[in-house]
Amino acid sequence: MAVFVPTSLEELLTARAERPGLDLVAGGTDLVVEVNFGRHRLEDVASLSRVPELGGWRREGPAGPGGHLVLGSGLTYTEMLDPTLAELLPSLAQAARTVGSPQIRNAGTLGGNLGTASPAGDTLPVLAALEAEVLLGSAAGTRLVPLGEFVTGPKRTALAPDEVILAARVPVARGHQEFLKVGTRNAMVIAVCSVALVLDEQARQVRVGLGSVGPVPIRALEAERFAAEVVDWSTGRFSGGEADLRRFGELVGAAARPIDDHRSIASYRRRAVEVCARRALERTMSRQAA
Amino acid sequence: MSLATPSPSEQGAYRLEVNGRGHDVVDSWAGESLLYVLRNRLGYLGPKNACEQGECGSCSVLLDGRLVCACLVLAASAAGQEIVTVEGLADSEEELSDVQQAFIDHGAVQCGFCTPGLIVAVHDLLGRLPDPTELEVREAISGNLCRCTGYGRIFEAVEAVRRSRLEASS
Amino acid sequence: MGTAPTVARRDRLGLGTSPLRPDGGPKVRGEFAFSSDLWAEGALWGRVLRSPHASARILRIDTAAARALKGVHAVLTALDVPGSELYGLEFQDQPVFASDVVRYMGEPVAAVAADHPEIARRALELIEVEYEPTAPLVDPEAAITAPPIHPEGNVVRHIRLRHGEDAEPGLPGGDGLVSVEGTYEVGMQDQAFMGPESGLAIPDDGGGVDLYVSTQWLHVDRDQVAACLALPPEKVRLHLAGVGGAFGAREDVSLQVHICLLALSTRRPVKVVYSREESFFGHVHRHPARMWYRHSADPQGRLVKVEARIVLDGGAYSSSSSAVVSNAAAFSSGPYRVPNACVDAYAVRTNNPPCGAMRGFGAVQVCTAYEAQMDKLATALDLDPVELRLRNALASGDRLITGQVINGTAPVAEVIRRCAAAPLPEARPHPPAMALPGGAGRTADPARVRRGVGFAVGFKNLMYSEGFDDSSSARCRIEGGAITVTCAAAEVGQGFVTLVHQIAEDVFGTDGVVLAPAETATVGSAGSTSASRQTWMSGGAVDAACRAARDALCGRVAARHGLSPEMVSMRDGRVVSLGREVDLTLDEALAGDVVDESVTFRHAPTVPLDDKGQGDAHVSFAFAAHRAVVDVDVDLGLVRVVEIATAQDVGRVLHPLQVVGQIEGGIAQGVGLAVMEEILVTDGLVRNPSFTDYLIPTALDMPVVEIAGLVEEPEPGAPFGAKGVGEPPTISSTAAVAAAVRAATGLELPRVPIRPEHIALAAQ
Repeated sequence: MAVFVPTSLEELLTARAERPGLDLVAGGTDLVVEVNFGRHRLEDVASLSRVPELGGWRREGPAGPGGHLVLGSGLTYTEMLDPTLAELLPSLAQAARTVGSPQIRNAGTLGGNLGTASPAGDTLPVLAALEAEVLLGSAAGTRLVPLGEFVTGPKRTALAPDEVILAARVPVARGHQEFLKVGTRNAMVIAVCSVALVLDEQARQVRVGLGSVGPVPIRALEAERFAAEVVDWSTGRFSGGEADLRRFGELVGAAARPIDDHRSIASYRRRAVEVCARRALERTMSRQAA
Repeated sequence: MSLATPSPSEQGAYRLEVNGRGHDVVDSWAGESLLYVLRNRLGYLGPKNACEQGECGSCSVLLDGRLVCACLVLAASAAGQEIVTVEGLADSEEELSDVQQAFIDHGAVQCGFCTPGLIVAVHDLLGRLPDPTELEVREAISGNLCRCTGYGRIFEAVEAVRRSRLEASS
Repeated sequence: MGTAPTVARRDRLGLGTSPLRPDGGPKVRGEFAFSSDLWAEGALWGRVLRSPHASARILRIDTAAARALKGVHAVLTALDVPGSELYGLEFQDQPVFASDVVRYMGEPVAAVAADHPEIARRALELIEVEYEPTAPLVDPEAAITAPPIHPEGNVVRHIRLRHGEDAEPGLPGGDGLVSVEGTYEVGMQDQAFMGPESGLAIPDDGGGVDLYVSTQWLHVDRDQVAACLALPPEKVRLHLAGVGGAFGAREDVSLQVHICLLALSTRRPVKVVYSREESFFGHVHRHPARMWYRHSADPQGRLVKVEARIVLDGGAYSSSSSAVVSNAAAFSSGPYRVPNACVDAYAVRTNNPPCGAMRGFGAVQVCTAYEAQMDKLATALDLDPVELRLRNALASGDRLITGQVINGTAPVAEVIRRCAAAPLPEARPHPPAMALPGGAGRTADPARVRRGVGFAVGFKNLMYSEGFDDSSSARCRIEGGAITVTCAAAEVGQGFVTLVHQIAEDVFGTDGVVLAPAETATVGSAGSTSASRQTWMSGGAVDAACRAARDALCGRVAARHGLSPEMVSMRDGRVVSLGREVDLTLDEALAGDVVDESVTFRHAPTVPLDDKGQGDAHVSFAFAAHRAVVDVDVDLGLVRVVEIATAQDVGRVLHPLQVVGQIEGGIAQGVGLAVMEEILVTDGLVRNPSFTDYLIPTALDMPVVEIAGLVEEPEPGAPFGAKGVGEPPTISSTAAVAAAVRAATGLELPRVPIRPEHIALAAQ
C-alpha cells in the first residue's frame, strides 16, 4: 500500500523514520498538483490529515507578551480565519484569506505552506515578521528552528528526511498587524508581492516581512529600525509625516530582491512593496485603542 | 458507449463512502486523485475535471462537510471520510435541490461544465451563511470559475435561494 | 430593460419568452454527458507527445521503448497517417504529426494508447525524439519579409484596402483638419473554456469509426478526419458529445485525427482527455495584434480619413487567419462613416502558438485601437467622446469602407444614446477592501483610488462572409405521435436547444418535439457554431423544416377531408380545421403515413473582397455600445471594473434570459482581455499554460452589468428578425474598460491587457 494514513504522531514519525524521504501530504494543494501534472512520481506517501497532534493551535506560557502561540502544522487557512485566532494573529488571518479559494483554504495547511517554502507562500512573510520558529519532530526528538533558518532557498528547507513539521511557534506580540498582497486579480491569485507588518509594543519593534520579492521571505531590517523611530509607542501608532512614510517605503523597497518572471517584473515588484509598506505603516494610525 | 469505467493498475485497496454509499476501490495506483477515482472508477461523473490544480472549482465536493477540490485529494487518503458530490445533494433522484432548481430558473446554466461544482459550493455557502451579502457570495464562489455566464445569473440564482430559504424559515 | 429581467418559465414557451433550457436538469444534477464523461467497455487512454521547442528540426524519433512498456497498445507518428498528412480549417497546412520540423511549442509529434492514463504518460516519456533547435521567428512584423518558416510562406493574407477618392497613404488635404495617431497592441487571449478537449473514438468492424467529441462544427471535422484517415466520409461518423464551452477554440481540429488513428490502429475504443496545460497547447488563440492608426477629421468632428496598418500574429499555421484578417480590415474604422480609408492588414505565420477563432475575431482587436483613436480625436477637437461618436455613427443606407452599403438595420446612434443615458453608479461611501482594487489582498488606499468612465462602440459581421457557401440543414420528421427535429448545430452552451423548442412551439403549437442528437450520418452540415450565426442559420433551417413538415401534414389532411390547404393548421400539437370540424392527434392525422422534410437554409450570397478590399462581403452586422466604470489604484496600478452598461442591437429578442446570459458572459471575456488575460510567449515558448497563471475573471472580478437597452429593429432577411447576440458583447467591452482606465489615470495605455506596471511605473 503506497498511501499511509497514520492516525497518531508516533505512527507517522515511525513511518518517516523507516522510509526517509517518504512523501507527506496534508491538503494536497501543492503535492497533488505536481502528481497530477506528472512532475512528481509518487512512490510512498503519508497523509497527515488524520494525525490529531498536528491539528489546531494552543497557547504556551503567559497569555500576553512573553507567551507563545503554537500553531499545528495541520492548521488550515480556513481555521486561521477563526475569530479567536484572528484576533491574536490578524496578519496571519489576513494572509490566509488571500490564499486561493474557499476550497483551497479548507484544505491547505500552515505546514504545507512551510514545507513547500515557495517564495510566494502567503503565510511566510507573516511568520517572518512574527519571528516564528518552526517545530520539527522525528522519532529521535524535536527541534525548534527559526523561520529564517528553516527556509533555505526557493522551495528548499532545513527539514531532514526523517522529520515532520509539527508546528509554528509564534511569540505573542501586542500591537497592530497588517498584511497586504498584490495580485492581478481580486481573489485567487499568486502573490506578485506581499508585505506583512507587525508592531511589537512590548519590544518597541516594527517588523516587516516581504513575500515574492526574493528567493526566501525577507525581513526589511533597516526599514524596521527606521520605523521604530516614527511610531509613538505610547499609542502604538505611526506618528511621523509624509516624508517618513516615503523613507520607510524606500527602505523596504531597498530590502527587496525581486526578479522578472511571468507574473510580474522586478521594477514593479519593488515599487509595489514600497507602496504596500507605507500603506501598512500608515494604517497603524487608524488602529482602534486597545 | 456508457458513462462509467474501470482500468487496472498498480496497487491499493480501500473503501470510499460517497453520498452515503460504500465503494471498494481495488487495484488502484497511489497517485490517483479522488476526482479520478470518483469519475473513472466509481462512475460519479458530476465532479468535473477542468484544471487538476484546484484553480477552477469544477470538481468541488464536500469531504466530511468541508468544501474541497476533489482533484487535490489523494483518493486513498479519503477512506473513512464522508464524501458528498453533486449527485448527493437532492433528497431523491427525482427531485432537484432548491439551488439546482434556481440555477435552471435564473439562467445560471449555459455550457454547464462549472455547474456541478458551483452547486456544491452554493450549498456549502448557504449552509454556513444563510444570509450572505453580495460580496460574501462573490467571495464564496470566487474559486469556481465560469467562462460562459459572467456570473450574473448565478448571483441571481443564489439570491433567489437565499430569499426563499429566509422566507421559509421566518 | 433592467439587469434582472426575467426568470425562466414553464408556462410560456414560444419565441420572445424565456422557457427553461431542456438540458438544464441533467446539467444541474451532474448527469449531462460531456465529452470527457464518456466511456466504452475496453477503452484505452490516449495521450499526445508535443514539441517542447518553438522551432526545431526533428532528426530522429525512436518509439521502441514506449512500445515495449507493459500496458501500451499503440505508439503512432507521422508514418502511421494513412491519408492526408495535413489538415486545416481554411487551408490544409498543419501536419497531423510533425515529422521533419516543428513550428511551435506544443506541436504534436506522436500519440500513444495505453491501459491507464499514467501508463500513457510514462510511455510518452519513453519516446525518444532528437531535436535540433533552430532560431524561432517570433516577431510578426519581421515575418512579413523574413525567410519562410512554412512552404506556403509567412504572409497568410495581406488585405490592401483602399476606399474613397483619397485612398493612398498620407494625410488628407483640407482646411482645419485635425489628425491623431497612435500605435496599439493586443495580447494573445485564450478562450479558456471550462471543459478541456476530449473525446471517445469507437472503431467498427468495417474499418470505420464513430467519434464522440466536443466541437463547434461536426461536418467540417468529419471531412478533415476522413481525409487524414483515407476513409470515405460516411465511414467516419461524428457525434456531438456534451460541449463544455467553445468560444472559437473548438472550430479547428485538435484531438480528432489522433484519437481515430489510435482507435483504428488498436481496434479498441480510445478515450482522450486533455489536461488544462495540454488544452492551452491544443487549440488556437485570439490573434495578438499590432496596429498603427491615423485618424483625420474636420473641425466639426466628421471623420475624413482613416489610415491603418494592422499586423496579426497567426502563429505557425493558418487556421482561420484569412477570415480574421479580413474582418480586421473591414471593421478597422469602426461603426462610423469614413469616406476615405487606407488600410493594410496582414496575418502572418511565426513560430508562436497558432491563432484562429475567438469570439468577435478580428473585430475585437481593431476595436481597441479605433476606439482609443476616437477618444484621442475627441480630446483634440475638444468634443465629448459620445458626441463625436454620434456625429459619425453609421446608419442604414451608409457605405462601409469596403464599399458595401448597409441594407439592413444599423441602429448605431440608438445603441450609443441608450448606453450613454444609463445612470452612472454611485460610489460606495465606505467600501470594504474586498470591493476595492486589489480585493482580498487588502492593498487599496481609498484616497489613492481614482474612478474613470470610458465609452466604446463596436460592430461585426454576422455569419460567414466573402462568398463562403454558408448553409445549415435541418430535418423534421413526423411519425407516429412524435415530431423529431434533427440538426447538426453544435450546442456549446448558448442555448440553441432551447431555441429549437421555441420554434416548434410557434410552428406546431407544442414544444413537445424531440431534438435528435447532433451527428453527421443522418443530416447535412449545420455549419459552425460561430460568427453569431446559429440562431439565424440553424434557427432558420429548423423553422423552415418544421414549417415544411407541418404544411405537408396539414395539406394531406386537407386533401383527405376535401378542404383547401389554408383551412387546416396546427394548434396545441393537433391538426385542426378552421371551424374545428377536423380535430386530430398527430397519429390520426398521419393515418399511418410519415412526414419527413429536409431543408437547407442559406443566407443571401456574398462576394470576396477585391484587390482593393472592396465588395459586398457581408450579410448583416450587429452593433453594441459599452460604458465602463472602473476604480484604479493609481500607485499599484490595480483595476477594479465596477460596472459595464451596455446597449445592443439584437434585431429581436427571442429568449430574454439567454440574451442576458450571452451579454454578461461576453462582457466577462472582454473585461478579462482588458485587465488580466494574456498567454505570455517568450521566444516562442508559452510561459503560463495553466489556470494558476492564465487568469480569467472570478466572481469577484466581474462588474455589475447594466443592460441599458436591447434595441429591437427587426433585421430584414433574418428568420424571426433576430440578429446573433453572442459576439458584440465581447467586441467593445475591452475597449470601454481600457478607455475608463485611461480616464482614471490620464495615461495613454496603448496595450491590452493593461498590466499593473503599465500604470504604476508610468504614473510616477
